[in-house]
Amino acid sequence: MSSRTEFEREFNEGGSWDPPGGLEFDRRDFLKLFGGGLFVGLGSASAWAQESGRRFGGHELPKDLSAWLHIAADGGVKVYTGKAEVGQNIRTSLAQLVAEELRTGFDAIEMVMGDTALTPYDMGTFGSRTTPTMGPELRTMAAAARQMLMEMAGERWQVDPATLTAANGKVLDAKTQRSLSYGELTRGENLVKIVSSDDALTPASAWKIAGTGIPKAQGRDFVTGSHAYPSDIVRPGMLFGAVLRPDGFKATLESIDTSAAEKIDQVKAVRDGDFTGVVAPDPATAQRALAAIQAKWDVPSQPSNRELFDVLKNGSGNGNVERPQYVAGSVAQALDGAEIKVEEQYTIQYIAHAPLEPRAAVAEWDGDKLTVWTGTQRPFGVRDELAAALKIPAENVRVIQPDMGAGYGGKHTGEAAVEAARLARAAGKPVKLEWTRREEFTWAYFRPAGVIEIRAGARRDGTLLAWEFHNYNSGNAGIGSPYAVPNQIIQYHAADSPLRQGSYRSLAAAANHFARESAMDSVAAAAGVDPLAFRMKNLTDTRLRAVFQAAADKFGWEKAKSTPERGFGIAGGNEKGGYVATCAEVEIDSASKKVRVRRVVQAWESGAIVNPDGLRNQLSGAIVQGLGGALFEQVLFANGRIQNASFAQYRLPRFSDTPEIEIVLLDRKDLPSAGAGETGIVGIAPAIGNAIFAATGVRLRSMPMAPRAAAPGQPDSGLRS
Amino acid sequence: MGDLLLHVNGARVNVNAPADEPLLWVLRNRLHLTGTHYGCGEGQCGACTVLLDGRATRSCLTPVGAVAKSKIVTIEGLEHDGKLSAVQQAFLDEGAFQCGYCTSGMILSATALLRDGRNPSEDQIVAAMNGNVCRCGTYPRILAAIQRAAQQQAQGARR
Repeated sequence: MSSRTEFEREFNEGGSWDPPGGLEFDRRDFLKLFGGGLFVGLGSASAWAQESGRRFGGHELPKDLSAWLHIAADGGVKVYTGKAEVGQNIRTSLAQLVAEELRTGFDAIEMVMGDTALTPYDMGTFGSRTTPTMGPELRTMAAAARQMLMEMAGERWQVDPATLTAANGKVLDAKTQRSLSYGELTRGENLVKIVSSDDALTPASAWKIAGTGIPKAQGRDFVTGSHAYPSDIVRPGMLFGAVLRPDGFKATLESIDTSAAEKIDQVKAVRDGDFTGVVAPDPATAQRALAAIQAKWDVPSQPSNRELFDVLKNGSGNGNVERPQYVAGSVAQALDGAEIKVEEQYTIQYIAHAPLEPRAAVAEWDGDKLTVWTGTQRPFGVRDELAAALKIPAENVRVIQPDMGAGYGGKHTGEAAVEAARLARAAGKPVKLEWTRREEFTWAYFRPAGVIEIRAGARRDGTLLAWEFHNYNSGNAGIGSPYAVPNQIIQYHAADSPLRQGSYRSLAAAANHFARESAMDSVAAAAGVDPLAFRMKNLTDTRLRAVFQAAADKFGWEKAKSTPERGFGIAGGNEKGGYVATCAEVEIDSASKKVRVRRVVQAWESGAIVNPDGLRNQLSGAIVQGLGGALFEQVLFANGRIQNASFAQYRLPRFSDTPEIEIVLLDRKDLPSAGAGETGIVGIAPAIGNAIFAATGVRLRSMPMAPRAAAPGQPDSGLRS
Repeated sequence: MGDLLLHVNGARVNVNAPADEPLLWVLRNRLHLTGTHYGCGEGQCGACTVLLDGRATRSCLTPVGAVAKSKIVTIEGLEHDGKLSAVQQAFLDEGAFQCGYCTSGMILSATALLRDGRNPSEDQIVAAMNGNVCRCGTYPRILAAIQRAAQQQAQGARR
């Protein structure tokens, strides 16, 4: 699969993507799946709205639904969405939104997620889109279901439904003190309604369940070990697989001999074109068999860290003429007249997602039908990958996505699923394939490396006049400036990436914010203006101003005076509906040059907060993860091989790296809820860099800023972390 | 392949496995105790942590043949009569997880740290837990959970 396609797919956020039709879903399916009750679906087309409230007789469900909700005869509510729980806590927050509109307790809601046989088609869980898109859709369905239940009660009691209320899973008649539980109302019914509008939703200011810090759904299963992650799935008669990997990227197989492997008891070697793997009764035997395969590879010469930024900036991938995304006024003229000029180049190394659970899949065939359990943010995308790779129709493939050991944008693809399915077909038995850490570090994809060039001009008083921003390869998320600058050029330049690259939490927004907010700091310093005052002077966006002010107040920015051993930095931005400002306090040991981030205050606003407890957890985690990319994470590679493909060599943030973290939440109940999984990561790197600058006067323009050792070709900052 | 008699979560179990097979794979694949997780296979992340006679041990680097005489406790063995251990309960109360994949190892490392009524300082907790990775970055809450469990243990001892 081309990395570019994967990457652009998310850039477009589905705008140009036509989802294939939903499940073929008719009345018989409804009865078989749900056994009657009340079914509410959300259709994307307004035409469906008119098919409301019909009984089932001969009625067919529309084939294009984005979510559905079912209330069974026992009153149990199940909500079906193709979204995936990857640790971001949407299983909880979405259920809260449904409970709120349906007027039930939180515990009455069961979320059925990420199963291509049970849930409606969904493009995938990325782009911080679950909360702003799936949230209102589920609320709409729940509100419609509540309305129907009240109408059903009104019909039974022969009263005007408008005089009834719904609460705690019951419809109440205040006048007569009568009540009917939802189960009593749906028993014996076969009622379906398709809705599409989102009117009459409960405003966030009136929320009682949404907007509160309900603990993670099924939290107990995570402290007892009973939750089954994709790698924990066990099937009867299951074998274990392992896959032969080339010696390097873009390698071609010159010769192979699997005979020694096949001599091992109960081992089967599987060849299918370029694919070679083994199955065995246990993983140790599978690894032994793999090691017994004699393969010769030709690995072509290819770029390494040393040439990376030259390749991205000047390589042949840039031959195509591209236009800037955004142009305003004349940057050239404005720079001519500017009293302060700053011209800087920033570089970003590749980093790895390194989810603690590597890719894993269990594949099981039943005739020509395939079921795969796997960890992916795109179960329907993986279903299509499987169908294409195994040459079977998509409807013969079921992908089940158990809540997984995280992804951070790194599990959009279905490599392990396809490999497990090939092995299982050849073995005639279910096969589990768990990628090793080394495989995950080598054969997954990376956050793109990049080169960013900035030219800025300002008046002596700190008024920004010109802003020119070029991003080579890393991406265009968060590429625009939130500051009011009359003359601008903003441009993304595609390049040929030496390594396979793809989505990562916030995409390129972390890199673009690092460069922009660092360069902003350089302009402020050149103008002799306080970094916060300089930003405020050039900022009209009231939401962004509010988070800057909130972070600065909590941090004590006014009193924070940097010394050579202690620096204070601030940075912020907005992306995907989230507004963030981050203050960092950094300690630098002048003898050892060791950098330690001591304290971080981050202010956040993303509209009405659905679950403040989950949100704090997400934001705090984003700071810790972002700290790794800021200071020390980097992928080292040479000539088609990853050189630090293990946790001993690739440094991850640990307890001892973690600063004191304070999160300030601004709850805007008057604004729609936006997603919060990604943008919380963009402020930390520039805040740290700006703090280092404030302490030392040295501007660090490379991510990571203070690695164990500089990557080849990279100037050494001299700082360590 | 040899027959091994192991002591796991308070019970004697027979396992047919080569003596050099990592304990992690025995637990996960032969005993189906899947709460113990693979993260790196080189003892660098702590996802596979189990207790061997009360000590936190990386099961990915421990050959099963070496533990026949030890009492092995996995995450599945901490709960007694439907009651969570103090550390488990503290993790739940603090919401000290995101994806939760590291949680078993965190809880077992913390359980070993707090054994025999120990009440470690924050620095001691950080030092002891530094071999456990939470890629979701939940460290502040995990730290708070361990401190909460330690506190409860201390209060319980005073009563």
